[in-house]
Parts: sequence; structure tokens; C-alpha cells
Amino acid sequence: MKTLLTETRRALVSTLILAVVCCGLYPLAVTGISQLAFKDKANGSLITDKDGIVRGSTLLGQNFSGDGYFHPRPSAAGANGYDASASSGSNLGPTSQKLADQIKERVASYRAENDLAADQAVPADAVTASGSGLDPHISPANALLQVERVARARKLSPDQVKSLVTANTDEEDLGLLGDDGVNVLKLNLALDSIQ
Amino acid sequence: MHSTDWLQFALFLGLLALITKPIGLYLTQVLDPQGRTWLDPLIRPFENLTYRLMGVSPGKEHDWKGYTFAMLVFSIVGIVFTYAILRLQHLLPLNPQGLSALSPALAFNTAVSFTTNTNWQSYAGESTMSYLSQMVALTIHNFTSAAVGIGIAAALVRGIARHSATTLGSFWVDLIRTTYYLLLPLSLVFAVFLVSQGVIQNFKPSTTATLVEPQTIENVTTDTQTIVQGPMASQVAIKMLGTNGGGYTNANAAQPFENPTPLSNFIQMLSIFAIGSGLTWYLGKATGNQAHGWAVWSAMMLLFVAGTVVCWCAEAKGNPIHQSLGVLASNGNMEGKEVRFGIFNSSLFAVVTTSASCGAVNSMHDSFTALGGMVPLFMIELGEVVVGGVGAGLYGMLVFVILAVFIAGLMVGRTPEYLGKRIQAFEVKMAMLSLLVLTASILGFTAWAIASDWGLAGLNNSGPHGFSEVLYAFSSATGNNGSAFAGLTATPASGDVHYNTTLGLAMLIGRFLMIIPIMAIAGSLVIKKVSPPSSGTFPVSGPTFTLLLIGTVLLIGALNFLPALALGPVVEHFLTLNGSLF
Repeated sequence: MKTLLTETRRALVSTLILAVVCCGLYPLAVTGISQLAFKDKANGSLITDKDGIVRGSTLLGQNFSGDGYFHPRPSAAGANGYDASASSGSNLGPTSQKLADQIKERVASYRAENDLAADQAVPADAVTASGSGLDPHISPANALLQVERVARARKLSPDQVKSLVTANTDEEDLGLLGDDGVNVLKLNLALDSIQ
Repeated sequence: MHSTDWLQFALFLGLLALITKPIGLYLTQVLDPQGRTWLDPLIRPFENLTYRLMGVSPGKEHDWKGYTFAMLVFSIVGIVFTYAILRLQHLLPLNPQGLSALSPALAFNTAVSFTTNTNWQSYAGESTMSYLSQMVALTIHNFTSAAVGIGIAAALVRGIARHSATTLGSFWVDLIRTTYYLLLPLSLVFAVFLVSQGVIQNFKPSTTATLVEPQTIENVTTDTQTIVQGPMASQVAIKMLGTNGGGYTNANAAQPFENPTPLSNFIQMLSIFAIGSGLTWYLGKATGNQAHGWAVWSAMMLLFVAGTVVCWCAEAKGNPIHQSLGVLASNGNMEGKEVRFGIFNSSLFAVVTTSASCGAVNSMHDSFTALGGMVPLFMIELGEVVVGGVGAGLYGMLVFVILAVFIAGLMVGRTPEYLGKRIQAFEVKMAMLSLLVLTASILGFTAWAIASDWGLAGLNNSGPHGFSEVLYAFSSATGNNGSAFAGLTATPASGDVHYNTTLGLAMLIGRFLMIIPIMAIAGSLVIKKVSPPSSGTFPVSGPTFTLLLIGTVLLIGALNFLPALALGPVVEHFLTLNGSLF
């Protein structure tokens, strides 16, 4: 009984002390250092236009559907996709009828939008939802297939659009880690800025 | 499969091998109450002050019962502390969104989940938890549950290393030293690195961005995007290092703020394994047999490499059903994966997080191919002994070591010995008990759920994949992993409490009914004398031992779970080849 009381008191006191240290001092210290050293990144890598309005974050995808914009991946975040306060994947499995139906429909509309042959295989990232529903990237192959459409809609030369794609490609870290991805939001903002 | 993927894999394994000794060395300093670390001048005064406030004299050690008792009392206090905050959330401060209190079943599930180092999340953090709940009720366990696990592992190692003794160390000293000297400094450095990659860290309310191209779907126009803010990096750092895994956001490490770049992803994977890997070196150092530590590490790595290659191949091969619909086959299965990570880094992360009892995910396991998704599930069911949760992986693996030594002894007809101590009926009984409890919990709860209306009501997928969702949930809860085939709804709108209650019980069973027999083994080993090695002693280092250990892990895992896996992922694999849909 005496042991129970002693150990309970120790458990209570240590819980309170650790709550102050681990949940108070520690996050405050990280915040202080981060706000001094990496202010922009610590606050969400936000993109602000010339009027000072926040247009998004370089790290978070947004939806685009017009012909003059590059289109991001399908998204399962929120009811209409790209809801940055409700990150989510579809969580549909390999034998899901629903997923197969979605993919079939997306393949058809991707081919139609980009003037592809009816039997041309489409890049996987163009017709599948990402893990977060906020994937800022598409694969370079996916972007190149959209170049013609975007160039036509904006009356630019395909080479001009292609060079913007290259300029907005995030390459593998250290030339090795991860896969190349084209940042759709940055690319579309770059397109808007030249017209 | 790109050639650079193999290079990344080699780099990952190489770096892990390189950091194992330095971390192990530091662990030996931290886990020795008299040990000196280079942080002593800074931290020692706070450490001593903490002991004074707690009324702990650091020199006084516990026997196995005292250690276990203190651990249980501390855990119960932790569960009650978190349960109370979650139930009173609406009355407490730091709740700007005015979120209501959690239901009793969800609060129980969540309090148990974080206390047991599981971090299963039956809720979406953004819309359920106030800032106070996130920052205090949940985050404290990211540190303490990790420290408790490391402490238990240290107590077992002391039981093996000491002889003719009774005590296994002080629970309170292990708890405080591990948190102050190991987890806090490492997390601080790691969190700042994560911010340098783009992980957010602030106390601002969420930001509203004006969309570049407003979207109109079915006459509803969306022209803004709500961008979450908050102290994320500090939580992500400890959730990885402490193998907790609970995400700040719903999509966890797939969400770009939590894991923005391939480099942040790579270091996160390394950090999940860092302490668990270092503990094998600590085992070798403490027992005076460094080759034994490396033999255990090698067994873990061989299992890990095998699992990763299978998962990676399956994901790279992709889904034949989707490919017949026009998806480019060479891209593999990208459903639920992020472009910046691709097939390889998603597969590697999935195997790391389930080998290690972490449970953070950078891709959605529910959408993996049948075989690709079976690997994470099987890694959990092996008992998460492949590196494993911090501490939990080592003490879990040492149970298999005892069984391996026992099996070797039976084969050659000698009394089994482990590092000079005789392994007798009591140790083997306790080892088997700790394993059977886990199996019974996983298979028993799965069978109950799958035969009940409440169990089927939570499914997101039907057919064999639905079964896999349930099997994964109870494997993850019992194994204290916390990852999920996340389509499963454990907190339904109907208010049904079955999932939250049974998953909560599975987590308690998986944590404490495993620790108690293991501490009994430690208590039994510590009093034994050490006999000098003879020609009949089975060496616990070298390739023979490593292979025997792998064989034991696989044999027990396979015997227990292959029938269940055959009903889920295995049959689904053949149905995929067949083109069947549900």
C-alpha cells in the first residue's frame, strides 16, 4: 500500500514535469529557432502575389481544370479534392470496383483532353489519387503530354512551355533520392506571369 | 525499378550500419545511471531537480516486480491524464474552434493508443483535437511511451548481463534519463532540420489562400484553400524517433507539410530505425559480446531487406486490372502514393514503419497491391522484431533469441544456455506466453469482428480486401504499430463503440501482457549464475545463430498467421490476376 502511494505520487509528479518540458519548453524552443532560421518555411512556404494576397503554398497542390493550365493528379482530399484541411488518400484497394471505374473514366478524359490515341497508355500518376490528396507534383512524362494542349490554349510555342516545365521540375535530392516531379502550382503561376 | 533505387537502398542500409555504433555507445552512457554524457553540464542539474521533486533517490534500484509495478502505475496515470483532458476538452483552454469533448469510447481508445506507443488514430486530428489535446494530452506520450519501451529493454538486458543479482535498474531513472538525454536533444536537432526542408512550425491560426483558378463542381464554386498551421515539426520529429507514428494531419507523412522532400523522407526513415538499431549495439556492449549484438542486428536486416524487396517488386509491377484499363504498366501502382517519393521510397517507408512499430505512413497501405500490402501486414505480425519499436523491438527479439537457443539445445540434446545462463522451463514458458497472447489477440478479435455486423459496418472495401482491413487493424493495434488499412472506419457516425473498445483492449494486451512475462524472464535471469562456456555451448554469434534466429521468427510468424493471410492478401492476389472486382 505504501509502495502504491509512493509510486503513484512519483507518476503524477513526473507526468506533470514531463508535460511542461516535452509539451511546453520543447515545442517553444523548436519554434523559436525555426522562426529565426527558416521563417518562410516554418510558416508554410506561402506564395504571395504582388497585391500581397496568399495564393497557396509551394508544397501543397491546387486543382486546375482549364485547358490553359497543367492539371494536377486526381485528389481524394475533401469532397471536391485538394482540400488542404482534410488530407486523405482514397484508401481503395486493388480489387475495388469503385477505383477501377474511376480509373477508367480518368483515362478516357485524359486521352480526350490531350489528343491521345485511344490505345495509348497514360502515366499512372495522371489517373491515380495521391496519398495525401495534396500532391504538388506530377511526373515529367505526365507534364510533357499536356504541353501541346496548354501551348495551344495560350497561343505559345510548345518549346516555350516545355522550358517552363523544366524550370519548375523539382529534381531528385542530392541527385539520388526520390523521383523527379513537376510542381504544378509553380508551373501554372509561371505561365500566368508571362501572359 | 530504376537503378538509382538500388543505390538509395544501399545508402540507407550503409548509413544505418554506420550510425548503429555511435547511437549504441550513447545509449550505454544514458542507460547507466552513473554514465557520463557530453550533455551532463547542461542537463544534470535539471535531472537532479526532477528526482528531488519526484522523491526518487537515483541510486535505489527496482527488482523485476518493482520495476514492472512502477511502469504500470506510470502508464495508468498517463491513460487517466489523457482520458480526462480529451473528455473535458470543451471546458479547457486552447480550443479556438470550440471542438466538443470526445465520446468515452474514442477517448479510451485514444488515451490507450498513445500510452502504449501505438498511436492508432480513430479520428481526424484537424477536426477532432483542440490545440491543448494535441500538444499536451497526446504529445507527452510520444516521449514517455518511447522512454518506457527503452527502459524495459534496458531492464531485460541488465537481467541478461548481470548475474547473481536481484535488481534491474530504476524505472524512474531510466524514464527521466532517456527523455532528457536521448529523446529531447535528438528531437530538437531533428525538428529544426525538418523545418529547413519545409515542415511548418508556428502557433498561427490556419491561412486562407485564394485559389489561382477557382473550381466549380456541380454549381458549387471553391475559390479558397485552407492551409493548416501549427507546431508540426516538433511533433513529427519525436513521432519518428520514438516510433510513435501519430500524424499531425490525417494523411500523416504523405501530407507535404509533414514530409516535404525526398531528403526529409530519407532522414525520417533513418530516424525510425536509429534508436532500435543502436539498442542492438547496446545489447552487445552490455553483455560483453559485441558479436552477439551484430548477429541480432544482421538477422533483423536480412528480414528487412527480404520484406522490402518483395513489397517493392509488387508495387513496381503494379495492378494488372488498372493496366488493362490503359494505365502505363512501367509506372507501377501509384494509387495512394506521392510523386516525389515514387514506388521505391513508398515501399521502403511502408516496410520500415511496420518493421519498426512506428506506424507513420508516407503512402496509403490500403491501396497497395495485394502482395505489396501483405508485406507491411506480415512485418507487424512477426512481432515487430525487425529493429522494432524503440525498446519493444529489442525485448521482442530477445524472446525469439531465447526460443532459438532453446530449439538449438533440443536439437543437440543439451541444456540450452544463453550467454552463460541456463534457459529453463520458466523462461521458455514465459517466452511462449508473450507470443501466444499476441496471436490470440490478433486472430481472436479479427474473427469476432469479421463475424459481426459492427465489424462489417466499418469496411471501406469489400471482398477479401475488407477482411484484410480488419486483420490489419487488429494486427496493428496488438503490435502497437498504429498504421492502418485506413479505409476502415473505427468511429462510425452511428456511435457504435465496438471497434474503439476492442482495438483499445488489443493495444493494452499487446503492450502490457507482453511486457509482464518479459520482465519475469529478466527477473529470473538476473539471479542466475554464469557458467563458463564449454565445447557444448551454442554460440550466439555468427551466421549459424543468425540463420537460426531468422528461422525461429519466420516459423512462429508463419505458423500463426499464414492461414489468415491466405484468406486476405493471398487470395486477393490471385483474384487480381483474374480481373475480379468487388
